[in-house]
Amino acid sequence: MHIDPSLVEWSRAQFALTALYHWLFVPLTLGLTFIVAIMETIYVKTGNEWWKKTTRFWMGLLAINFAIGLATGIIMEFEFGTNWSNYSWIVGDIFGAPLAIEGLMAFFMESTFFAVMFFGWDKVSKRMHLLSTWLVAIGSNLSALWILVANGWMQHPVGMRFNPDTARNEMVDFWAVLFNPNAYSKFLHTISGGYVLASLFVISISAWYLLRKRNIQFAKRSIMVAASFGLIVSLFNVTTGDDSARHVAQDQPMKLAAMEGLYQGKSGAEIVTFGILNPSKKVGDKQEPFLVKVAIPDGLSLLSYHRVDAYVPGIRELVYGSKEHGIPSVAEKMKRGKEAVAALTAYKAAKKAGDTAKMEAAKKRFEANSTYLGYGYLKTPLQAVPSVPITFYAFHTMVGLGTWFVLLFIVILYFTMTNTLERHRKWLWAALFSLPLGYVAQESGWITAEVGRQPWAIQDMLPVGMATSNIVTSPVMITFWLFAILFTALLIAEVKIMTTQIKLGPVELKEDSHV
Amino acid sequence: MSFAWPRRVWEFYRDGFRSMRLGKKLWLLVAIKLFVLFVVIKWLFFPDLLKTRFHNDRERGAFVLDQLTHTKE
Repeated sequence: MHIDPSLVEWSRAQFALTALYHWLFVPLTLGLTFIVAIMETIYVKTGNEWWKKTTRFWMGLLAINFAIGLATGIIMEFEFGTNWSNYSWIVGDIFGAPLAIEGLMAFFMESTFFAVMFFGWDKVSKRMHLLSTWLVAIGSNLSALWILVANGWMQHPVGMRFNPDTARNEMVDFWAVLFNPNAYSKFLHTISGGYVLASLFVISISAWYLLRKRNIQFAKRSIMVAASFGLIVSLFNVTTGDDSARHVAQDQPMKLAAMEGLYQGKSGAEIVTFGILNPSKKVGDKQEPFLVKVAIPDGLSLLSYHRVDAYVPGIRELVYGSKEHGIPSVAEKMKRGKEAVAALTAYKAAKKAGDTAKMEAAKKRFEANSTYLGYGYLKTPLQAVPSVPITFYAFHTMVGLGTWFVLLFIVILYFTMTNTLERHRKWLWAALFSLPLGYVAQESGWITAEVGRQPWAIQDMLPVGMATSNIVTSPVMITFWLFAILFTALLIAEVKIMTTQIKLGPVELKEDSHV
Repeated sequence: MSFAWPRRVWEFYRDGFRSMRLGKKLWLLVAIKLFVLFVVIKWLFFPDLLKTRFHNDRERGAFVLDQLTHTKE
């Protein structure tokens, strides 16, 4: 199959654009639903109308984010069918069940409990309303679970078998797919990242009120909830990040090496806390990988394998292999992959000829090499290496910002509890400007996860170039720009509507009006 | 057969939509967005290739297998 390389690049760019824009809306919904549920719980417990007003204000901003972000993810499904039809067919049986459950769950939760949450303040009992709010929070997060189960499977395919008759991966173990360790660590890390962002959102807007010396009590109450929630979930986010990184070390060692700029494997590998990569460094040469770096000795071994002396393979060993550490080279894997492709070809020919004995032999040969099928499509071993600079900088941006958020939540919570927050205006400004950083951290996390696993659409099984449909490039280019314009317009609308509502503030909300 | 329950549901949604302030603007935005996505973009640019090019799953599977084995159609 010959595909124009520029088609692959445009298809990738388009998918990246839609995914990155989609992810501007999703994490805020995931986290803010929980924050409003907590606020409403306080209202129901205390009966204090101020909490009701506080809940309704944040619920209003949640509605704006939800409405603008609604259906932005569906574009990726359009792209699957057109730009990624091979991939879509090959994964169809695996993705069908999780995505169908996600669709049904999202539809029922959103059309019923979302409506009760927004329309039901004066129509249903306090407890019924609270239950609806919690169900929206839980439901939207469960929706995310199914999407991340699908994504986790692409990073670490389990519970399936490739059927050469249908050219599809068929699910043989639903529970293995659902409880894929890669998927659940990714799910927990992703949703807790969303909670951190939502906490930053509430703190940042409340800090703006405090800096403007307006809605003081409302802002302090909101900060108290968001900073407490934010501190707990940011610490949880650190632990899920650690878990996620350990799965990366086991299942995607090349991604881990790129995340850390680790070209040369070693026992007791250090972790780089800050570094500037040497741009002229190539795999296998003698140049230093970093121009500048600050590192913690043994840190990477400890975090990846929970042993200070554990061996962590570098890019060089992963490409050229290491007999000492039992790591096969990419060239060996390519040989096995080509065997798998040849076996598939033989199976197809035998099937056409009606020769069952040859079909069986080809199938056995394929199954013996199928783990490396994707390598059969690589042209050179270095194609197995993702972009080290993008992966490294995205990962370190995410980790650095995550550390900053933990510190911010601690400080803001302390000042709130000691009732001195208004005096610390520099911290209020820091809180205000941390909101865009929250979005940067979110996107950096996804860039790390997705760029770091290149060239694979499905890890070790299907490279991106083979996943792409053989279509004309120009419509992909046109729709790339169409989406860029559409999403930018939506983003401008979101920011404009939100800032108008924020400027109006909670006091302006009438008790008898809905969002 | 009583229609009390469906009527209450209908009234719940109707009153909810009627009493919205900002929500009306948001729904308009959602409607425009869905129109652009499903009618313009999906219809013009995003056909489901395998569904439109082939009649059944057997043909689709054979086509993808051809792609995977480097065999031209």
